[in-house]
Amino acid sequence: MKHIRWARFTAPILALSLVLAACGDDGGAGSTTTSAADPTTTEATEATTSSTEGASTTTGSEDECAVQNLNLATPGTLTVATGEPVFPPWMGVGDENFDVPESGTGFEGALVYEIADELDFSDDQVTFVRTGFDEAIAPGPKDWDFNIQQYSITPERDEVVDFSDAYYETRQALVTFPDSDYANVTSIEELQDAVLGAAIGTTSLDFIENVIQPATEPSVYDENVDVEAAMNAGQIDGLVVDLPTAYFITAVQVEGSVIAGQFETQAADPDEFGLLFEEGNPLVECVNEALETLREAGTLAELEEEWLTQDGAVPTISG
Amino acid sequence: MSTPPDDIRGPSLWTSIRRPRRHREEGARGAIIAAISTVIVVGLILWWVLSSEAWPEVQQQFFNPDDFIASWPDVLGGFWLNIQMFAVAEVLILAVALVLAMIRALRGPAFFPLRALVIGFIDLIRGIPIILLILLLGFGVPALQLAGVPNNPLFWGVTALVISYSAYTAEVYRAGIDSVHESQRMAGRSLGLTQVQSLRYVTVPQAIRNVIPALLNGFVSLQKDVALVFVLGVREAVREAQIYNARTFNYTAYVAAAVLFLVASVPVARFADWYTERDRRRRQSVGTV
Repeated sequence: MKHIRWARFTAPILALSLVLAACGDDGGAGSTTTSAADPTTTEATEATTSSTEGASTTTGSEDECAVQNLNLATPGTLTVATGEPVFPPWMGVGDENFDVPESGTGFEGALVYEIADELDFSDDQVTFVRTGFDEAIAPGPKDWDFNIQQYSITPERDEVVDFSDAYYETRQALVTFPDSDYANVTSIEELQDAVLGAAIGTTSLDFIENVIQPATEPSVYDENVDVEAAMNAGQIDGLVVDLPTAYFITAVQVEGSVIAGQFETQAADPDEFGLLFEEGNPLVECVNEALETLREAGTLAELEEEWLTQDGAVPTISG
Repeated sequence: MSTPPDDIRGPSLWTSIRRPRRHREEGARGAIIAAISTVIVVGLILWWVLSSEAWPEVQQQFFNPDDFIASWPDVLGGFWLNIQMFAVAEVLILAVALVLAMIRALRGPAFFPLRALVIGFIDLIRGIPIILLILLLGFGVPALQLAGVPNNPLFWGVTALVISYSAYTAEVYRAGIDSVHESQRMAGRSLGLTQVQSLRYVTVPQAIRNVIPALLNGFVSLQKDVALVFVLGVREAVREAQIYNARTFNYTAYVAAAVLFLVASVPVARFADWYTERDRRRRQSVGTV
């Protein structure tokens, strides 16, 4: 019958939708909880196996920061995430070490191995993986233990990820070319007409938008290398970035550029760098303990002295 | 000889809906059944989606009204930039591509180097991803610091889009030119027109009519690809949505940008369909059989 031809089309769709509706409820429930369940089950099995061994071999068997009790992405290994590529003075200092975080050079590179040492990992139990800067802050489960990439601790980020205590405090700096109108600014008001650039999702961008507030909207790029490319192309008057990174940019990446100055004002609180963890990761406490130990022993100050201090004063830009 | 029947021009809109009574009844019943089944299917899909456990979180992250309203002004402002880029680029693309296609359509050994250059250009540009071309031209050329060469990222982004899309559109024009029967060109030549003249007055007008659906397709595609210039730091809709997302970790801004792109594209797509159908009905005998 001709007028039932439509049945060939709609009947399968009806049947399919009924089937999907029937199994729709199971689909939604389980998936969001299984990923969160994994770390805790790993930790539970780790704890039960180690409690039987620990009682007989060590005295401090309730130490939840012992290597075997730690909540790790891969048990037995400290998986550290960082950027792609990594730059001095943070990691990979020296031509032969460029983009080699495993070399342990650079402030953050050395810090990772110091923390690993405090947590009783040997050097070859540390593995590096790479992520983008912005993607790592996004909420959700992570397949690394912590991410070290000059992340500033902010309340907004803190809601979706967890931070360790601060391991470094820095200021924002302005990088320009010497022949720029803005090479000798001494106050933020002089930057009103500047076209500035920053990477997306950074506190540098927040600083430009909330503190400097130039008349033209800042240009926003995916990563710092793109901001530097824009500098080289003459598409922006200057870029804002944290001071140690500014050292590297002016020394190596953007030939002929100079640090116009460091900003006196901080955006809200002093810009502090912290290690970034998945939200709710209990590993944060152990790492904080390690950082505290390193701070009290003066190791943090030593690392700063070794990798981050430069000769010559940088002028200040008042706000 | 009897005069040809009136419907040799193809049916008008009116004759195509004026059917015998029997067919009309079936049409009405069919429409009611289609409506009922649509309501059932859509209702089931909506019920399945809205009752799933993850829906509240999905709604919070992607379809949050507060974030939609908060991000709307910036995204809309950025979208205005998209529209401007599209308008400028499309005009240039249609012109440049036509020139390329006409050069390629020239016959004779004397024009071989020109043809070879155009073919080489088209192959080269079609072989490079647009995003790569945008990065190369947007960051690379200004970095040379050549005198007199602009370094505006918007300029180079639009230039890269024009170059890239011209290569594709030139091929569309070529298909149109090839689809015009050879006798047309020969007729033009035999009247004493030069190659360029016969192309311009005889072949190309017919060729363009043939490929308007494909050109409109390129229109719709370009409307989205203008967003790619965000990598050069241009604050168009996608970049503004990204900035909102980076600040708040909510993805509703992306949905807002998507809505804007849809509002721009869907009417063009519907117009393309309507125009194609009208053109087809005019030029071919489209019957109800």
